[in-house]
Amino acid sequence: MTSYCKIDHVDKVFTRGSTETCVLKDITLDIEKGEYVSIIGHSGCGKSTLLNIVAGLTQATIGGVILEGKHVDEPGPDRAVVFQNHSLLPWLTVYDNVRLAVDKVFGSKKSRSERDEWTLHNLNLVQMTHAKDKRPSEISGGMKQRVGLARALAMEPKVLLLDEPFGALDALTRAHLQDTVMGLHQKLGNTVMMITHDVDEAVLLSDRIIMMTNGPAAQIGEILTVPIARPRKRLELVTDATFLKCRQRVLEFLYERHRFVEAA
Amino acid sequence: MNMTVAKSDISASIPSAPTPPASSSAAAKIVPLPLRQTAMNTRIRAGLVGAASAVIPPLVMIVLLLTAWQLLCMRPGATLPPPSKIWTEAYDLIVDPFFVAGPQDIGLGWRVLTSLQRVAIGYGFAALFGIALGTLIGQSVWAMRGLDPIFQVLRTISPLAWLPISLAAFRDSQPSAIFVIFITSVWPIIINTAVGIRNIPQDYRNVAAVLQLNHLEFFWKIMIPSAAPYIFTGLRIGIGLSWLAIVAAEMLTGGVGIGFFIWDAWNSSRLPDIFIALAYIGIVGFLLDRMVAGLASIVTRGTAAN
Ligand SMILES: Nc1ncnc2c1ncn2[C@@H]1O[C@H](COP(=O)(O)OP(=O)(O)O)[C@@H](O)[C@H]1O
Ligand SMILES: [Mg+2]
Repeated sequence: MTSYCKIDHVDKVFTRGSTETCVLKDITLDIEKGEYVSIIGHSGCGKSTLLNIVAGLTQATIGGVILEGKHVDEPGPDRAVVFQNHSLLPWLTVYDNVRLAVDKVFGSKKSRSERDEWTLHNLNLVQMTHAKDKRPSEISGGMKQRVGLARALAMEPKVLLLDEPFGALDALTRAHLQDTVMGLHQKLGNTVMMITHDVDEAVLLSDRIIMMTNGPAAQIGEILTVPIARPRKRLELVTDATFLKCRQRVLEFLYERHRFVEAA
Repeated sequence: MNMTVAKSDISASIPSAPTPPASSSAAAKIVPLPLRQTAMNTRIRAGLVGAASAVIPPLVMIVLLLTAWQLLCMRPGATLPPPSKIWTEAYDLIVDPFFVAGPQDIGLGWRVLTSLQRVAIGYGFAALFGIALGTLIGQSVWAMRGLDPIFQVLRTISPLAWLPISLAAFRDSQPSAIFVIFITSVWPIIINTAVGIRNIPQDYRNVAAVLQLNHLEFFWKIMIPSAAPYIFTGLRIGIGLSWLAIVAAEMLTGGVGIGFFIWDAWNSSRLPDIFIALAYIGIVGFLLDRMVAGLASIVTRGTAAN
């Protein structure tokens, strides 16, 4: 039996000159269709490297990624990425940034007016239609991430990859955007792999939390299933016993690992 | 502007509030009227002040410099003509840039246009060739490492030093002058374009990779817009060098350009004419630079930010 997306015995070794650093060691993970998986771990442990391997932007040294039964080792729109620093093209308007992706992915399948509609539809999903003619430099950080999200969603990816998508935002904007992502996941049923270093965020959004050990040669230390029914309400969860227990588990894991680093 | 005026008016009225009711109500009556008037006036006044502060200082300086020049060159035995002499002797050149009185007796406007035409061709080729070659070089680490030192040496060679080689190769003055323009202005365009291509952020490359843009799409949709600020830096340096080069080249190749005019005036001892020609060259060079800079700010709108 095979899962929807399988990260299969992945090792990653970076070679710089004559020094070799093993960043990831024997990572195996199965992700089900429609599942929301978070990867949490200390900074520098190799989370981004793992996400880039799934995206095809980095090649695994050993092992690989299997998506719907096919081995993938090149980047493609079926694994759309929302980068931490939004990476919108500054010379294009909000609309054109999304439209570029839509034209590229659906150029042959949809007519011109259908592509226009699809672009606007996705901007509407993230409530950014009002700023469609603005340039990235004219909108706030949270808005840029929304547009990045719209661009990724517009590709109709099999797996949506989020690399600390809310990392650079203030707490209120972050909460707002988390709610948007949660709502969209509920509505569209995307398969999501998200990197985060925020425990609350991981518990709030995820079906499963993958906790990574510290590098070098980081591994999956523990996997926690979050048994909280959806839709989830941020305010209700604050006092929810299951939520608090999950939060506790993750914090303990990270706290122990952190101590481990200090001792080393 | 309006905001600060309104604020200072309000804050000015605040200290009067604790004082007896009579004076505070007087302040309340007075405040709205001047507010409305100043709001109307400040915008116009700000515009006028802005324009004046841009125009008046250079004008004052020009008058001062001309006066000093006049005083220095009025004395008997002065080697250069004072402005008053230039005005009287080169009067026809100053007032009418576009007169035609004979094959070699034409207004400076015509001469500048002839020179500009050569610059347009030489610089046009340099821009096309420079951007194309810079794009190629910028994509290869080895081409960059190998060629950059060579270009850094070549770009320091004076335009005039290229002229004999150019004349030997083309055996005609017109293409030689154009080639000198080309060879002078092409280096900064190549170098800056290559650096711009090298500096395309990894983020944009990742976006292109996820979207699976092909080479042509990557070139037009990512490379060129991303490198545009660098390319325009090169183009702007290039246009300045072109204009420097054409004057020098024309002095030696002849024809009807502004450069040859100076050489001709020197040979026939028309010193005042040379000063007028220098003014033309300076102003046209300034306008060319502004033009490229203006084009750059239109084309790269939003690119530089963030
Ligand atoms: N291209 C690379 N070459 C060499 N080392 C790298 C490269 N990319 C990342 N690393 C190293 O791999 C480790 C993990 O990096 P990263 O995946 O970005 O961590 P995280 O996203 O968890 O903070 C870091 O120690 C980093 O220095
Ligand atoms: Mg990272």
